[in-house]
Amino acid sequence: MWDYSEKVKEHFYNPKNAGAVEGANGVGDVGSISCGDALRLTLKVNPDTEVIEDAGFQTFGCGSAIASSSALTEIIKGMTLDQALEVSNQDIADFLDGLPPEKMHCSVMGREALQAAVANYRGEVWEDDHEEGALVCKCFAIDEVMIEDTIRANNLHTVEEVTNYTKAGGGCSSCHEGIENILTRVLAEKGETFLAGGAAVVAKPAAKAPEAPKMGTLARIRKIETVLDSIRPALQADNGDVELIDVDGNTIYVNLTGACTGCQMAAMTLGGIQQRLIEELGEFVKVIPAPKDALVSMGA
Amino acid sequence: MSDIYLDNNATTMVAPEVFEEMKPYFCEQFGNPSSLHNFGNKVGFALKKARKQIQDLLGAEHDSEIIFTSCGTESDSTAILSALKAQPERKEIITTVVEHPAVLTLCEYLETEGYTVHKLEVDAKGRLDLDKYQSLLSDKVAIVSVMWANNESGTLFPVETMAQMAAEAGVLFHTDAVQAVGKIPLNLKESAISMLSLSGHKLHAPKGIGVLYLRRGVRYRPLLRGGHQERGRRAGTENAPAIVGLGKACEMAAEHMAFENTQVKAMRDRLEEGILAAVPNCFVTGDPDNRLPNTASIAFEYIEGEAILLLLNKVGIAASSGSACTSGSLEPSHVMRAMGIPYTAAHGTVRFSFSRYNTMEEVERVIKEVPDIVARLRKLSPYWGENGPVENPEAAFAPVYA
Repeated sequence: MWDYSEKVKEHFYNPKNAGAVEGANGVGDVGSISCGDALRLTLKVNPDTEVIEDAGFQTFGCGSAIASSSALTEIIKGMTLDQALEVSNQDIADFLDGLPPEKMHCSVMGREALQAAVANYRGEVWEDDHEEGALVCKCFAIDEVMIEDTIRANNLHTVEEVTNYTKAGGGCSSCHEGIENILTRVLAEKGETFLAGGAAVVAKPAAKAPEAPKMGTLARIRKIETVLDSIRPALQADNGDVELIDVDGNTIYVNLTGACTGCQMAAMTLGGIQQRLIEELGEFVKVIPAPKDALVSMGA
Repeated sequence: MSDIYLDNNATTMVAPEVFEEMKPYFCEQFGNPSSLHNFGNKVGFALKKARKQIQDLLGAEHDSEIIFTSCGTESDSTAILSALKAQPERKEIITTVVEHPAVLTLCEYLETEGYTVHKLEVDAKGRLDLDKYQSLLSDKVAIVSVMWANNESGTLFPVETMAQMAAEAGVLFHTDAVQAVGKIPLNLKESAISMLSLSGHKLHAPKGIGVLYLRRGVRYRPLLRGGHQERGRRAGTENAPAIVGLGKACEMAAEHMAFENTQVKAMRDRLEEGILAAVPNCFVTGDPDNRLPNTASIAFEYIEGEAILLLLNKVGIAASSGSACTSGSLEPSHVMRAMGIPYTAAHGTVRFSFSRYNTMEEVERVIKEVPDIVARLRKLSPYWGENGPVENPEAAFAPVYA
């Protein structure tokens, strides 16, 4: 069975705000019956203040879908619509003291129901850009569609690259066969063949430092900034960010912020950034988190 | 009040008598049965006895037709891969859409290796079309693999007839009988079945022991090569305590065969009758006239199975579900979908599976608890109104990315 937090159990056994709200003026129906999770969110919004005076849910779904629905209504009651739209799926998951990776989509469904209900109140049409595939990486809850899209967008060819770009496969590594199959399929679309490159992880060969090309200090720092800028959207998608603190020879100090702080993936993320920088700069560099005192002295 | 275990198709309690038989084979009779000395010799005799007990339950002609493996999945893999290795010119496999993943996932993998897999479909009651099956049998088919009893609905397939049809076409026939062994009487020597898989932990033996029945004379290639154990057909030191336990479990299953098909069946029937009478909008899945005596699969419309299981668990009742959520997959049970059960019911399927250790008192307790649990979840459901489903439910609630 799932490892649900006490908070999830509490909201499942005794859900808050179950049922449709009387006199609702915003309704959001989202979910997928084939996947077994669907939710109707009803809101009673004060037209003068845009404050959500009442919220109710009706959910067809599993324990965590019901708990996420209950949590969502508790979070947004009393908020203005604009405040409510700032609520992320992570906020819902955090409110419940976390959800198992397979169940994170329940919190996504909650956030989308909210968007749909607000759009309905405002007389807008909510565009659903939701696409979900089978879960591939259970350590970091990365699904098939996400991996496919990332491979196509970034022209990836190896499992290691997929891990650097999406985090998928960066944990226990048991999904590597699945990632290889996705690579094989996506690369075949453009007539390429996936090459596993032999027994990849017998021992990692030491990264060989390419000849350092001559690049001025300023040009080099600009280049580093450009690379970080290109990585930033991926981190921001997970509510994180990265900033450059200092460059000392071939050591680059960065600061991971937002959701990246304390994330168990921080080391993996840094590894990915380092790999990209090595490729772009054409020299061997080491990316390490800036020491705490350096941050203080720089006011970060 | 103690908890009620109604998930015996998932796994069973080791019978106390079975455990007693096993005990000496850990710290006292620990020898390797292959050894010449007294330590090993006695274990060798114990295995011989166990093999005989299993042979008797299966109605096999020879005890050497019993090959010990580590589990049902290993037996399934061994059977199918053996048929492909032994007949490299045959590139087709016939199976069904409702097989256990032990067979289905392997077959899907074999498709990527260039094999053609024919998956027989089922009707609304989970039954096969034997004319369609007949039309697929040819000298291109390496093996037919069809389960004896379905793990989710309990529906029985006519494997003896199907094995006969395969034999007439000169095709090997394997059956995954993991759910059937111990629950319905078998007599393999009178059948045309070439290979059969069973798993110890489904019939009150411990986990980690399985059997592949291999009819004498059937061409065979081992999965594991190495030592001479199991006459070179499955290398690796024997799991002696588990084998001894399985032998005892088979002996006990034979003794309780009548009980299983009368008393256990009566409990299952009473449960279904009680729930169907008290809960609106629910139905039994599978083929009620032709199924295992211990399995009840009930679909509760407009609610989701995991939520039902969590609430059942809270009142001390253990069952299982075909919902996507219990497995972490995106689709509900492939078995329910294959029978054409709509999503709004397939996700709400609950399987109650009995053993001879259940009691009628337990059944009455479950009948008392289930209606409230279902009603409670339906109150949360967007498909449910005051006293029944909302009018035209699928149209009344049609979420965005359905």
